[in-house]
Amino acid sequence: MGYLAELTKGLFKRNPTFVIVLGLCPTLAITTSLENAIGMGLSTLFVLIFSELFISLIRNIIPENVRIPVFIVIIATFVTIVQMTIKAYLPSLDDALGIFIPLIVVNCIIFSRIEEYASKNPPLYSILDAIGMGLGFTLAISLISIIREALGTGKISILGDIIGDASLPIEPMMFFILAPGALLTMGLLLAFFQWLEQKKEAKESKEAK
Amino acid sequence: MINDIIAIIIGMIFVNNFILTKFLGLCPFFGVSKKTENALGMGLAVIFVMTIASLACSLAYDYLLVPLRLEFLNIIVFILVIATLVQIVEIFIKRYSEGLYRSLGIYLPLITTNCAVLGVAFLNLNENYNIIESVISGLAAGIGFTLALLLMSGIRERLELMDVPKPFKGLPIAFITASLMSLAFLGFAGMIK
Repeated sequence: MGYLAELTKGLFKRNPTFVIVLGLCPTLAITTSLENAIGMGLSTLFVLIFSELFISLIRNIIPENVRIPVFIVIIATFVTIVQMTIKAYLPSLDDALGIFIPLIVVNCIIFSRIEEYASKNPPLYSILDAIGMGLGFTLAISLISIIREALGTGKISILGDIIGDASLPIEPMMFFILAPGALLTMGLLLAFFQWLEQKKEAKESKEAK
Repeated sequence: MINDIIAIIIGMIFVNNFILTKFLGLCPFFGVSKKTENALGMGLAVIFVMTIASLACSLAYDYLLVPLRLEFLNIIVFILVIATLVQIVEIFIKRYSEGLYRSLGIYLPLITTNCAVLGVAFLNLNENYNIIESVISGLAAGIGFTLALLLMSGIRERLELMDVPKPFKGLPIAFITASLMSLAFLGFAGMIK
């Protein structure tokens, strides 16, 4: 296994959001603006890296029977660190993400990567896996939030006053900011990726003949 | 007092439906909604666990974390309380009701990582609900969850027989169905202040 392959698999081939379809709650709930999505993505990335690293380090001494409580406590510890940091330095992000910061604990992406990967592989590989998966998640939710923010508010803003915002020449459609818009966007994106996959398969089977 | 409680019940079931407007518990919503029978089993298990989890987390916060000034440990304590609770419930049901265990059993372990259960505990905390209000909001949130799950499973059973375009087969069409349901639930907005 190459280091690079471990790192990049989470970005596209095994993207946690669009291919494995995990961690749906934050994916849909906080993608109302690009800023929130990036904040959420990076918080998840942080928790993912450190919990995969620690669990990978102690993977041989965790008793099989109590592994799930051990995992939960380790994840919850890092989530607590993230929550306290965001509360202290980025209060507006804390307001926007609300209960979805503590809910990173039950994000299935983290749990499944630990159970499937970190508890079986050495630390270096686990960190690469975590970075790939975390960035894959961040990219995916950023994509969803760009679509929703652009169509729903007619502009995209990053850090408001500091970097500024780009306005689009369209009438804002409130629908995309509200809950049904999130589900529709996700459904259409999933259909798009499924369509790409089917096209690729059809081409491969043609070439095989 | 009674008005507050009615507002919580209506709010949690319809206006702020956990699945369709708050996006909590989406994994079981898409995972277990293929058959009505399974959806009902999961829904009942969630109502049960959510109600007692609200009570237990509320008690743990008020009588353990606040007196000890350990409020910052709430994430760790809540998730452990819920995980322990689910285990205890599983053992109890197995011991005293074989039939109930057979119908709920397999769904119970899944509930520990259901964000709806942990979500209701944090919502109660954010809204500063007292213990009675917390229990009621947990119960109502569970009912709202089950309602959405049952509606979805009814639709998905029929969707199996439909001629869906190939790229939309499976999850994409389920998301679009959920989007239309969510649009319908948006109509409840404004029912309470």
